[in-house]
Amino acid sequence: MSDNKHPTPMLDELENGPWPSFVSGIKRMRDEHPDDRVNSMANDLLGQLEHSYETRKGYWKGGTVSVYGYGGGIIPRFSEVGKQFPESREFHTLRVQPPAGNFYTTDILRQLGESWEKWGSGLVTFHGQTGNIMFIGATTENTQHFFDEINDYGFDLGGAGPCVRTAMSCVGSARCEQSCANEHKIHRTLVNNFTDDVHRPALPYKFKFKVSGCPNDCMNSIERADMAVIGTWRDEIKIDQDEFKAYLDVKGRQHVIDNIITRCPTNCMTLTDDDKLEIEDRNCVKCMHCLNVVPKALSPGDDRGVSILMGGKRTLKIGDLMGTVIVPFMKLETEEDYERIVEIAEETIDFWAENGLEHERCGEMIERIGLVNFLEGIGVDVDPNMVSHPRESSYVRMDGWDEEAEKWFQRKAEEKSAAAAA
Amino acid sequence: MAKKEMRQPIESGCPDGFQYMHPLMLKNYGNWKWHDHPRPGVLRHVAHSGDAIWTVKAGTQRILDMFTLRKLCDIGDQYADGHVRFTIRSNIEYMVEDEAKVDPLIAALEGEGFVVGGTANSVAMISHTQGWLHCDIPGTDASGVVKAMMDELIDEFKNCEMPNRVHITTSCCQINCGGQGDIAINVQHTKPPKINHDLVANVCERPSVVARCPVAAIRPAQVNGKPTLEVDEKKCICCGACYPPCPPMQINDPEHSKLAVWVGGNHSNARSKPSFQKLVASGVPNNPPRWPEATAIVKRILKVYKEDAKDWERINDWIDRIGWPRFFELTGLPFTKYHIDNWRGSRKSLNASTHIRF
Repeated sequence: MSDNKHPTPMLDELENGPWPSFVSGIKRMRDEHPDDRVNSMANDLLGQLEHSYETRKGYWKGGTVSVYGYGGGIIPRFSEVGKQFPESREFHTLRVQPPAGNFYTTDILRQLGESWEKWGSGLVTFHGQTGNIMFIGATTENTQHFFDEINDYGFDLGGAGPCVRTAMSCVGSARCEQSCANEHKIHRTLVNNFTDDVHRPALPYKFKFKVSGCPNDCMNSIERADMAVIGTWRDEIKIDQDEFKAYLDVKGRQHVIDNIITRCPTNCMTLTDDDKLEIEDRNCVKCMHCLNVVPKALSPGDDRGVSILMGGKRTLKIGDLMGTVIVPFMKLETEEDYERIVEIAEETIDFWAENGLEHERCGEMIERIGLVNFLEGIGVDVDPNMVSHPRESSYVRMDGWDEEAEKWFQRKAEEKSAAAAA
Repeated sequence: MAKKEMRQPIESGCPDGFQYMHPLMLKNYGNWKWHDHPRPGVLRHVAHSGDAIWTVKAGTQRILDMFTLRKLCDIGDQYADGHVRFTIRSNIEYMVEDEAKVDPLIAALEGEGFVVGGTANSVAMISHTQGWLHCDIPGTDASGVVKAMMDELIDEFKNCEMPNRVHITTSCCQINCGGQGDIAINVQHTKPPKINHDLVANVCERPSVVARCPVAAIRPAQVNGKPTLEVDEKKCICCGACYPPCPPMQINDPEHSKLAVWVGGNHSNARSKPSFQKLVASGVPNNPPRWPEATAIVKRILKVYKEDAKDWERINDWIDRIGWPRFFELTGLPFTKYHIDNWRGSRKSLNASTHIRF
């Protein structure tokens, strides 16, 4: 790199300290990478970032950039100070869908890296907040070249704009003993059913799927997903009393009482006088705490499935929302089961596409029209698991009561005969 | 002149992850039995078959350059089994079959400046957004804030001494892309936007912008003969939602865009239902390159939490037990009129009881 390096006194300060420094990394690209193009890009990027640090303002603006055939997947970034920092004047990010579960081999990482440093800045993040591999910094022309190259060996763009976005799933069945679902399969079944909606944004706003294998919800799906799919079970927790006793012998009765028994949110556990753990499973809400504390002694039950919650989102425009229960439990084992979950997603997205306002998330729409209207819209029956408690306000017109009560009794009768037949 | 044939994309969507999975994970898929946590940064998972897989987790700078990425791959090939994954907080995890590889792998990672830790009851890597490096609407930087804070919190990342895990997030504007956290440090604008009336009509789709305001404080107007927008500053809550669709409504201000600190967000269902973070501090200066004031508050909160909370209590569990008045007392943070919510549904946050600790 020639002697036109921008001075970066404030950023230099972030090279001190024990945590790995992204500034040092970008500087290495400026100073040591064999490609001049990469050197100058990094130099101007650092120059603009330093300028931001000095003025406390950002200098990127959006625009429209996409690859041929797609309407989204690229975050356009044009510099407002491109005259001063020309080599990073166009600095778009490509969002690329990672393999489900974020698994990689070193080989494929190297291959992606080689492709990237050929066309882009060489800066990459695994992964962004939504879950995309973020290839940060390419010119408009080079986004097409980079995409063509990685698309040829199996990678595709993620979502950007008012579309179905890249989904996420936890490590789940690949390593975790708490996994109650095939997260990998659910993730790909859902998001790949909507590939058209990922690449051609035509929805009111964004829509995100997230899949967690158990109610620990490591993918933060209740708080971050329009449709959260969370593995769970409905039968008894499996207790290995020998392992439990072994734990108790080390930690003591008091520790077990203080850290396990009394932490149960529904008080469904007891420690017997002969040091056995008893759980009243019908009151267990599958919170995972006890399983987290003694994973050797406790396991989820075997009658596994998923709970589906909908409507999670961040702050714009009505504040943060959590997803709420739409499907308390469904099995996900047979092909019919998987078809059903895709159907639920399709009904939801179709209904929201028709009824959501511009820039309105699914959760905002539900807030606006009311859960009951939403359920009717997607053809799902009401269920007491959808509420923390029934209404507290009498201000509602209920002249359809008898019909609605009849629907409930009808359903229960059908469930009863289906269970008897099984 | 022949028309150039454009390459059609292969719409492959989300790739299969099985092809990259460690063979031992593949073999025991869905059949894991238990795990333990032999030391910070290391997990051991044992399958029903008796197979065991070891995971070493390491923190990185998250914005990876090619040299760093290659170094991580070299380590993966030389010291591990070549199979890795990244966590939701952008840490890297190496999975190995042979326990004997764990110590040399840790030594190799630490030797190259990566930080082994971030498991169980540690302070996890701070999740963050793009900031001045890349976002089009940032009030502050993201990777810089995280670097500055992790420098100070690194011991808590490397050791597992917290009552339970701590998830910290930062966001460079009030949209909060960083997500909810045990502790969140987010931009908080304190003044209405400064409008460049000459540009609004050229750049902004005015009805969209009007619709975007959560408090209906924006309306069309004429200024200097140009069609533009004006803001009812008495209504404006300075959230910055009008800025993304209309950059001439500049909300970011070097002095008046401050930082706010929130605590008690918890995504998990364990022990209690998921919770949102609550405001605890605001008016914190946005002070690059190290943001010492924000870092000091975070450290103070963590110190109090570490000393006072019981095992397994996340920050929200801890505060639920001791009560908010004690939180403010222990941390020395001021309680102001701004802490009392007046947004929709806020009455639920008021104390309609005599449950008062003395």
